[in-house]
Amino acid sequence: MSALPVTLRKRLRTLVRDVPFDAVRNIQWSLLDWREILIESLIRLAGISSIIIVGMIFLFLLREGIPTFLDIPLRQLFESRWYPNEGLYGMWPLIVGSLIVTVGAIIVALPLGLITAIYLGEIAPEWQREILKPLIEVLAGIPSIVLGFLGWIALAPLIQKLGAPTGLTALTGSLILAYMALPTIISISEDALYAVPKEYRDGALAIGATRWQTIRHVVLPAARSGLVMAVMLGIGRAIGETMAVMMVTGNAAFVPTFGADMALQPVRTMTATIAAEMGEVAQGSMHYHVLFGIGIMLFLITAAINSLAGRLVGTSGNRRRGGQL
Amino acid sequence: MQAKISVQNVSYTYADGTEALKHVSLTIRANEIFVLFGPARSGKTTLLRLFNRLSDLTPGADYRGTILVDGQDVFALGVNVTDLRRRIGMVFAVPTPLPGSIRGNLTYGPHMAGIRDTALLNERIERSLTQAALWDEVKDRLDHPASRLSGGQKQRLCIARSLMLEPEVLILDNPTSGLDPISTSMVEESLYELKQQYTVIMVPHSVQQGARVATRAAFMLDGELVEIDTAERMFKHPKDQRTEDYITGRFG
Repeated sequence: MSALPVTLRKRLRTLVRDVPFDAVRNIQWSLLDWREILIESLIRLAGISSIIIVGMIFLFLLREGIPTFLDIPLRQLFESRWYPNEGLYGMWPLIVGSLIVTVGAIIVALPLGLITAIYLGEIAPEWQREILKPLIEVLAGIPSIVLGFLGWIALAPLIQKLGAPTGLTALTGSLILAYMALPTIISISEDALYAVPKEYRDGALAIGATRWQTIRHVVLPAARSGLVMAVMLGIGRAIGETMAVMMVTGNAAFVPTFGADMALQPVRTMTATIAAEMGEVAQGSMHYHVLFGIGIMLFLITAAINSLAGRLVGTSGNRRRGGQL
Repeated sequence: MQAKISVQNVSYTYADGTEALKHVSLTIRANEIFVLFGPARSGKTTLLRLFNRLSDLTPGADYRGTILVDGQDVFALGVNVTDLRRRIGMVFAVPTPLPGSIRGNLTYGPHMAGIRDTALLNERIERSLTQAALWDEVKDRLDHPASRLSGGQKQRLCIARSLMLEPEVLILDNPTSGLDPISTSMVEESLYELKQQYTVIMVPHSVQQGARVATRAAFMLDGELVEIDTAERMFKHPKDQRTEDYITGRFG
């Protein structure tokens, strides 16, 4: 007790004095004091340290990456030639590569994931759900390298039969990524659907809505924020993925020619570029800085996605404000 | 008087073996307020959910007996369940406004039934809300979100939502649980209004409430129908000892 600063002691006293019950007021003082304060400061320390660590990672990324944007004119950075050995650091092919692969993955995973979640949460009988739900959660735990391997051995030959010169293409990457994002999307969406009160369904059914109408007009809108979160986390997983994508996209740093077979050309993503080249660059060289520059770009993209997700989920105030039924 | 709903020897057992209803038979007449009361888990809600086949949502249950609405078996093959639910409105213990505006909540049912004529809908909105004793409070903010209403208002909105479909029967499963006394009396008052037009079946919040609103009443205990009579006789001179014990508060 005596070890405590006087002001703090006063604060605690007033705090306790406000409690109306004598019994509470007579709690052993010294015991309450130091334990409470110790635990509180430990919690605070843990919280603050994680903030500091994140901040330091960000600072490090900036310190190593900023020279890219200072020394190389922006126009050159967005050129379409990525030949680091010759001092050409055009990131455009990498950005386009990431974009194609990610967008492709979303196009496949989003409808599939949501529909599966709706089936699991709303339509499937109990016994099917009990089998499928844990299975899907196990899927989420498969290491990405294993999926990359599968893509290489099993998927690539199939893609090649579609008429691609090689099976290692943007499409292959998209499919593998979609597969990786699926468990996240399904599992979180299903949780969101599950959280919709049973009374909503009863209410809608009782006024003559069919099962599908209930899902479409009541359950999905009510679960909206959770569904958006599921999709965003799925996308986040897809865009940041490295190993599997590096194995199956062919890793050619070219901008694919625009057209119907765009997805059947090899591409290289931003993440794969960093992973593939970081081991070979001289620390402190321009190439080294540019790789960190790519890291900054990725960071900005994911930050943008996250804040977009936050914004969309935030407007779950739609529920509060009342959207259109 | 004419039988609106006729329950004939109905038994119902849930998948886990709980016998929720045991050989229940009763008749509900048109344009009466029929009160179904009894302690928790006596089978009241189970019975009510059979009337509009919300029981379909409970898998694995065993149902025996016959339930006739206007002489037609509700479990017969070829019965249009959606149509049945439009004819038999239901309001639950927990107010369940759907996500959306007050207007959206009200027009949802008619929309599903294919009614889109705005003039007709507006007319029904006013009438339903008036019948549910809510019109004056919300007439200027129909496009506000339903979730911002108070608990009592939400419940009256749910009643109005059922009335939008102009059902023949209105089932109220403990509609005033969790409501304050003022909201409760408002809901109760709206019942007399509703009785003119609809058959009302209600599980009351308390025996006293049942006695206040009922035309006729039935007492249920452990899935059995103990007694059924006019409200007058039921609440003043019950025939069965168990009913008397429950009414006078000796158990339950």
